[in-house]
Amino acid sequence: MIGFLSYNAQWVLLSTLLLGMASGLIGTLSYWKRQSLMSDTLSHAALPGVIFGFLVAGSKNMPLMLIGAAISALLGAWLISWITSSTRVKEDAAMGIILSVFFGLGIMLLTYVNRMPGGGQSGLDNFIFGQAASMVSNDVKWLCVLAAVVICIVGLLYKEWKLFLFDSAFAQGLGLSIRWMNAIYTAVLVLVIVIGIQAVGVILMAALLIIPAVSARYWTQSFRLVLILSAAIGGLSGMLGTFVSTLGSGWPTGPFIVIAASSIFIVSLTFGTSKGLLVVYIQRQHQRKQVIIAAQQRRVERGQ
Amino acid sequence: MLPVISVNNLSAAYRKNQVLQDVDFQVEPGTLTSIVGPNGAGKSTLIKVMLNLHPRLSGDVSFMEMPYNKAKKHIGYVPQRGSVDWDFPTNALDVVLMGLYGNVGWFKWPQKKHRELAMQALSEMGMADYSNRQISQLSGGQQQRVFLARALVQDADIYFLDEPLAGVDAATERVIMDTLQQLKSRGRTVMVVHHDLQTVEDYFDHVLLLNRTVIAHGATDKVFTNDHLYATYGGTLRWMGERVR
Repeated sequence: MIGFLSYNAQWVLLSTLLLGMASGLIGTLSYWKRQSLMSDTLSHAALPGVIFGFLVAGSKNMPLMLIGAAISALLGAWLISWITSSTRVKEDAAMGIILSVFFGLGIMLLTYVNRMPGGGQSGLDNFIFGQAASMVSNDVKWLCVLAAVVICIVGLLYKEWKLFLFDSAFAQGLGLSIRWMNAIYTAVLVLVIVIGIQAVGVILMAALLIIPAVSARYWTQSFRLVLILSAAIGGLSGMLGTFVSTLGSGWPTGPFIVIAASSIFIVSLTFGTSKGLLVVYIQRQHQRKQVIIAAQQRRVERGQ
Repeated sequence: MLPVISVNNLSAAYRKNQVLQDVDFQVEPGTLTSIVGPNGAGKSTLIKVMLNLHPRLSGDVSFMEMPYNKAKKHIGYVPQRGSVDWDFPTNALDVVLMGLYGNVGWFKWPQKKHRELAMQALSEMGMADYSNRQISQLSGGQQQRVFLARALVQDADIYFLDEPLAGVDAATERVIMDTLQQLKSRGRTVMVVHHDLQTVEDYFDHVLLLNRTVIAHGATDKVFTNDHLYATYGGTLRWMGERVR
């Protein structure tokens, strides 16, 4: 299946596999931190940074644009925590504000760039819905390395994440620095977003962070397996979506990845062994039957 | 005897409301103290401020003549059961193992000996049969026992428990109080936020009556008097009925 793809396409496929795995892992952390929407906000917040990086470089200089993305996503994260801690505005509202303001700013900058001479061919539009095919193998190799780093950070700190997410007050008593864990969490989240926005786009990046984590929950009750499964689902969706999107010319990658991920979600929701709809339905039917049988028995006993 | 816990002029606030004001007390080693006071008296906050989980406005706290950061290893904390998400994908044994993460060492995985210690603590709490049970499938009392087992494996010298008896069944209440008595008899110091005034005299040898500041503190038989209770609870003590003789 992979053999007939070009050298570049093979690298792109590998990068979306690693990206999917990394997002599956970080998405699980976000989910249990009850901050799934934060990932959506931060990926939208990355857009103005990308365009700003382009304007500074004067050309499509990927490293500079991605650094711009990281800076504006981090700025968004910092603003949310500042708004939440020093005003009466609650976190959900703060996220809503940052998401729309940053995204609006990004679109404004994008429109400006597109009207510049030659700007229309910049390919910056691809950052909105993602275009994996437009990535060049040199950039892609770097993205693979970064995704691998993210995967390692989650793996090495497995026990620490678990403690931090389950009971951070207790973790602090054991000497785990909550401030550091939060900083590392934000750093890896932003890193994954930066890796992903080119392939998946700022609008749909959150789906790759949220959907695998939610799907994994329907199969297991062990945190380790949730992480592994979420990484597998993310990787599979990333690769599948990219592969399908390369079949047609100019098809955006993001939507296909999201469709692949949400198909897996629907299967998990329905057939998942841990609280999947079908299992719950069967269990209920079984219980109902037991109750009816017990009632009949009682009636028979009374009758005799 | 030198005090094992020493709190001096501690004050703390939530936003604009000052919750604790000039809290001042010393606790002797090997005592079992209940912290008693009305809702909003700052009982949980007091523990959180002592353990650096909530910022203080002023004052200082020392454990065995050390500041909290140095004494951390000697302190076990059992937060309120409702403070964590019991839907988290993990089982009872894993939660108890968390108490040993400090010994395991950061970045390392728990070994067999850690597992055995955790299992032993679960057995002591009568929870051996539930070690593989999903924590969301445990009853409130069972969850509380898991929390206490997690604190036990820490083998601390000082224990803080935030309402360990809230909403638990009678059997669990007995197991928990037996365990705390055992800790005390082994020379450990235990402080417990407690709600049920009826059982204070049976369960605790010391009592700290708190309402934003210390109203009275000392041996239960000397301090747990109607006058002090009235000073702590004010007019809200009506329901006490029988106790107010």
